[in-house]
Amino acid sequence: MAKGDPGGTTRSRRATPRSRKGAAGDPALVQLLTPEGERIDSATGPDGTEYRVDFTDEEYRGLYRDLVLVRKLDAEATALQRQGELGLWASLLGQEAAQVGSGRALRTQDMAFPTYREHGVLYCRGIDPIMPLGLFRGVDQGGWDPNEFKFNMYTIVIGAQTLHATGYAMGITIDGKTGTDDGEAAIAYFGDGATSQGDVNEAFVWASVFNAPLVFFCQNNQYAISEPLERQTRVPLYQRAAGFGFPGVRVDGNDVLATYAVTRTALDNARLGQGPSLIEAYTYRMGAHTTSDDPTRYRIASEVEAWQAKDPIARVKVFLEKQKIADADFFAEIDEQARRESVHLRERVLAMPDPEPVTMFDHVYPNGSPLLDEQRAKFSRYMESFEGSAH
Amino acid sequence: MATETLTIGKALNTGLRRALENDPKVIIMGEDVGKLGGVFRITDGLQKDFGDQRVIDTPLAESGIIGTAVGLAIRGYRPVCEIQFDGFVYPAYDQIVSQVAKMHYRSGGRLSIPMVIRIPFGGGIGAVEHHSESPEAYFAHTAGLKVVTCSNPQDAYVMIQQAIASDDPIVFLEPKRRYWEKGQVDLDAPLSDAYPLHSARVVRPGTDATVLAYGPMVRTCLEAATAAAEDGRELEVIDLRSLSPLDLTAAYESVKRTGRAVVVHEAPSNIGLGAELAARITEECFYSLESPVLRVTGFDIPYPAARVEEEFLPDLDRVLDAVDRTFGW
Ligand SMILES: Cc1ncc(C[n+]2csc(CCOP(=O)(O)OP(=O)(O)O)c2C)c(N)n1
Repeated sequence: MAKGDPGGTTRSRRATPRSRKGAAGDPALVQLLTPEGERIDSATGPDGTEYRVDFTDEEYRGLYRDLVLVRKLDAEATALQRQGELGLWASLLGQEAAQVGSGRALRTQDMAFPTYREHGVLYCRGIDPIMPLGLFRGVDQGGWDPNEFKFNMYTIVIGAQTLHATGYAMGITIDGKTGTDDGEAAIAYFGDGATSQGDVNEAFVWASVFNAPLVFFCQNNQYAISEPLERQTRVPLYQRAAGFGFPGVRVDGNDVLATYAVTRTALDNARLGQGPSLIEAYTYRMGAHTTSDDPTRYRIASEVEAWQAKDPIARVKVFLEKQKIADADFFAEIDEQARRESVHLRERVLAMPDPEPVTMFDHVYPNGSPLLDEQRAKFSRYMESFEGSAH
Repeated sequence: MATETLTIGKALNTGLRRALENDPKVIIMGEDVGKLGGVFRITDGLQKDFGDQRVIDTPLAESGIIGTAVGLAIRGYRPVCEIQFDGFVYPAYDQIVSQVAKMHYRSGGRLSIPMVIRIPFGGGIGAVEHHSESPEAYFAHTAGLKVVTCSNPQDAYVMIQQAIASDDPIVFLEPKRRYWEKGQVDLDAPLSDAYPLHSARVVRPGTDATVLAYGPMVRTCLEAATAAAEDGRELEVIDLRSLSPLDLTAAYESVKRTGRAVVVHEAPSNIGLGAELAARITEECFYSLESPVLRVTGFDIPYPAARVEEEFLPDLDRVLDAVDRTFGW
């Protein structure tokens, strides 16, 4: 492991309750599964919190299945975009562990507020993976029910959702839903670039002073489109939390076990009324920002290769093999399942019809508007004026 | 009928109190709304009686006020946000136009954001810069928002309650220079019988020209109509009340009778409400018009220094002058 590489510095079992600094001031990552597939029993966060997981073999296999499926479905969406079936796609390639680890740590009653890249979290929430494709294909605005699945709509405006999550979490407190067995928490997803936004900083202030049951989950994938992390911050992002008055922790975002452990703990703390915390999932976006981006303009191949070696799925596979938790048949079965589901996804995307034009007037106001009704009626008459028009 | 004489400010306060009483999901939030009761005292006494989880003093962050209210609304609450002054709504502009306004649409109708954003607006109080602006066109231009304003205590009392009860997100503009004006308020009439929130109202019938106004300018126009009557001209004054959606039924009917229309607002004229009103009236009443629809507005400048605001704001003379011009065509 290279010097200064945060991925290689955590090896302790009973670590002292201190943040251990790696080379070049790099803080230790919370890590429970090394890139080489070695299990670490427990890891200690900067505030002394000890993180560990205790999964059954079945649960380990389930996490692996999630990771593979999410990657495959994402790849299918990328391919669909390349073939002109989607207008755009924001790939999560490389961030599967951060998303599956945190997504599986959520309880049914917890509410998530995503950006536009959280396809893995969406999958963990039980939402049909075709849903976000409607948004990127341009046939709808994302078709799931945020209340039913406890997963809010994708948010394109960077950072806006962190405030929504904060308000929602304040509502949890007012409802008296913290500190109890059926307690609730909220989680807000955002990127490293988003940490520069005013809204995110306002959300930190609010969550802190209202002690909101909220986890801020920053996926630091090192870039905001082309801009590297250094353009957003000179301080490790997890350390920001201290200035706002709540704990921050940096976790190996390519380690599904550690991400799970850290998120579960943070959510439980929130649920118990201990207020917000910030998780910085240290990861890397392996692909382009979106399908319209050219990452070769701003990053070098060796960097990508270095991160390739920390792949979030490969390390789980090695671990499962070494521990004899899964065999070749299992891996083949998962690959086959992923293949089937992606074919199925493709078929359904191709069958997604364009919306009726007049439906663009729907759902502007819960109570409607006479001016809009008038405009809709005019538009309908206009469409009907075309000979042979179906409308 | 329990009528009382109240100022617009007190009528709003009483309306907010009623809303808090009637619906435990109503939450008031903003800067200084708690102990202080707001810089204009519109929320006076409410935190004392409803507690600091219903009337929340917030951090000094406008985007935060609106953005967290969105989350509260998703959670099932009905937030009523106070923006301290018109000129300070801009830090929250993104949350209002991109989030509040579009949430219902983007969710395919699955989410509603039943939020009221109260903004004391307009000039005439001799304030320092950023305290006298008329931002209504920004919001009225945004699909998904509704924008209303009141001009008298009775409407203030009723409309604030109607806005809070509505599932639509509503920008509620309060004519700050009129906060201290008094009028009769019927406190007991049921909300269900009240005049509809999004309907304009003829506040003075007349036959010779139609004057359209809203918020603080309604009173100015009523005074102009009184003055015009002394000169033998009967002006019909319409209080628009709702700026989005606009209710022009009464205006069309009126202009078809009078043949003349003057629109009055404090906001600058360029791309403003007056332009929209003039265009619509022209389309609908073209064959009845004796002259073009005229506008009396603020100038196309930033709100000026207080010592010249009387010249900036439309007053009796400028309204009467425009009325004269419509007769000169
Ligand atoms: C307010 C705002 N500004 C600019 C953009 C355009 N934009 C979309 S994604 C992006 C970069 C975001 O980077 P980051 O927060 O690190 O998230 P990531 O995409 O890396 O997950 C930008 C600039 C936007 N969507 N919203």
